[in-house]
Amino acid sequence: MTIPAGLRRTVLRAQRDTGFLAAGVLPHLALVPVWAWAAATTARTGNWLLTVSVSAALVLLGTPVLTAVQRARYRALIGVDVPRLTPTAPEQWTWASTGRWLAATRPWRKIGYHLLLGPLLALLELLVLAVAAACLAGVTAYAWSWALPTGIRQDWFGYLTQLPAYTAAGLLLLYALPWTARAIARTEARLTLVLLGPSRAQRLQERVDQLAVSRTDLIEAVDGERRRIERDLHDGTQQRLVSLAVNLGLAIATRPDLPSDAREVIARAHLEAKEAITELNDLVRGLHPAVLEDRGLDAALSGLAARTPLPVRLRVDLEERVAPNVESVAYFVISEALTNATKHANAMRAEVMVHQVGEVLRVRVTDDGLGGADAAAGTGLTGLAKRVGSLDGAFHVSSPVGGPTTITAELPCAR
Amino acid sequence: MRAVIAEDSVLLRVGLIKVLEMGGFQVAAEAGDAEGLLAAVAEHRPELALIDVRMPPNFTDEGVRAAMEIRQRWPGTAVVLLSQYVEERYAADLLSTNTSGVGYLLKQRVADVADFVAAVRRVADGGTALDPQVVAQLLLLRRDSDPLARLTPREREVLGLMAEGRSNAGIAQALVVSESAVAKHINNIFAKLDLPLADADHRRVLAVLRFLGASRA
Repeated sequence: MTIPAGLRRTVLRAQRDTGFLAAGVLPHLALVPVWAWAAATTARTGNWLLTVSVSAALVLLGTPVLTAVQRARYRALIGVDVPRLTPTAPEQWTWASTGRWLAATRPWRKIGYHLLLGPLLALLELLVLAVAAACLAGVTAYAWSWALPTGIRQDWFGYLTQLPAYTAAGLLLLYALPWTARAIARTEARLTLVLLGPSRAQRLQERVDQLAVSRTDLIEAVDGERRRIERDLHDGTQQRLVSLAVNLGLAIATRPDLPSDAREVIARAHLEAKEAITELNDLVRGLHPAVLEDRGLDAALSGLAARTPLPVRLRVDLEERVAPNVESVAYFVISEALTNATKHANAMRAEVMVHQVGEVLRVRVTDDGLGGADAAAGTGLTGLAKRVGSLDGAFHVSSPVGGPTTITAELPCAR
Repeated sequence: MRAVIAEDSVLLRVGLIKVLEMGGFQVAAEAGDAEGLLAAVAEHRPELALIDVRMPPNFTDEGVRAAMEIRQRWPGTAVVLLSQYVEERYAADLLSTNTSGVGYLLKQRVADVADFVAAVRRVADGGTALDPQVVAQLLLLRRDSDPLARLTPREREVLGLMAEGRSNAGIAQALVVSESAVAKHINNIFAKLDLPLADADHRRVLAVLRFLGASRA
């Protein structure tokens, strides 16, 4: 007999939730003896100063331990991660900064959770356990009936009335148990996250920090990958192609005795090999110009400007080199802008200005072409806007129909 | 004439050796990096060193630095740099030491064996050979600096060919004009660039290169 998947899942989930709730009973009741003892002793001796200070010390000591226990319970039994509150330590330990640091660990909420909410949650958990026990007992009522004395078992009227009722109630509870356990476990998890976890602001702050780091990592990974591909192609395919072209060139130069049709074939292959080299060079240089890494933006741009088929006026005014990722974004903005000016705008000339103003690298490319470029139209400009955005920079395109087109990018470059 | 080759791609090294041997050079040693190159030049004192720009360990401009060192330590060894892309900055570095006996060419120029051999020979004989792309970059940078702005497009073209290391006859052939027309252009160029007339073609080329290389800094 196969068990339907849905039923199987329900059973497993009920089992997990109930187990989770059962495991909560003891830690949730852990501080009850403390305040019970405090109340009883105070009532007996009247020495409230002693009992309050002792129980306060016990609560303060117990809170971190119990918090750790709860965290382990959540993680192990229902896979919920209750984030740890570890605010960054202040640079200077003054009274105020220490106070802020302590407040960021939100101690009152934790104490409140273990001291006051815990017992209430324990009640709910016990309720669920009681339901589970009752439902087990009810469902198996007939199985237990053999334990009744023989006389009663046979004559007993309840055999027909009471036991079926028990069984029915058991089945009903069995039906209700999974979602009851689920609802209570969920409620408890929500309360725990609010009280033991970080606040919304803290969570968001942490998320923003994480995202900023992962975005930087991602950009660096992409740049690193481009660099790697560039080097692989440079060391491999490009050398192989040059070697091929050289060998064909040697064949042309050293074998004038070959029949003319053979020479023609070789000459064509030679030409095609050289064209392939040029094409691959353009592609590879577009990936990551080695000179950018080595000599910086100014040097890379002069090469770029010289390769552009229109007159480019280039002015680069930098006091020192900026971060590699800023250099590379600036380079690609200019490269793409010049490509657009040549290919799409029919420009006659272009002007490139790069200068650093304080902690901002300002890049401006102007051409006298047709204009009408649209950053929202899904062209290379969209990609540029994204790359600039990845550095928290500003990207702007002004391109009225009829020209001129001006593309500006402002890149933060504080080091 | 003896030559030393520094190129980290073994495949291409084999091709370069064949090309140089075809051009009448005797390849005395080959190296895969700058260190090996300097050792080989110190040992063999060749007339020519053919050097790849990007070599181990960093694959950036090792070749340029090695070439400058060779020019300073062994002025009798001419150097020709080869690279996948030519960069004006590297050219400026190279020209800053001495403009005779230096060359800087795109790797793919090797495929045009006869032209390449001629260029290498020119350099080995104390001449210059700059790739047209380098010249374009050098000229571009001066485009709005004053003296060059005074040149006509034709004169600029002539200057570019001069900077590549061509003779008047070579320029005339490339532009399909008479040699006397070229001489006239060259005189105009020197007048506009405030350069005194010199006796040999060669020194005029070098003067122009000096101007191109030195006025940036």
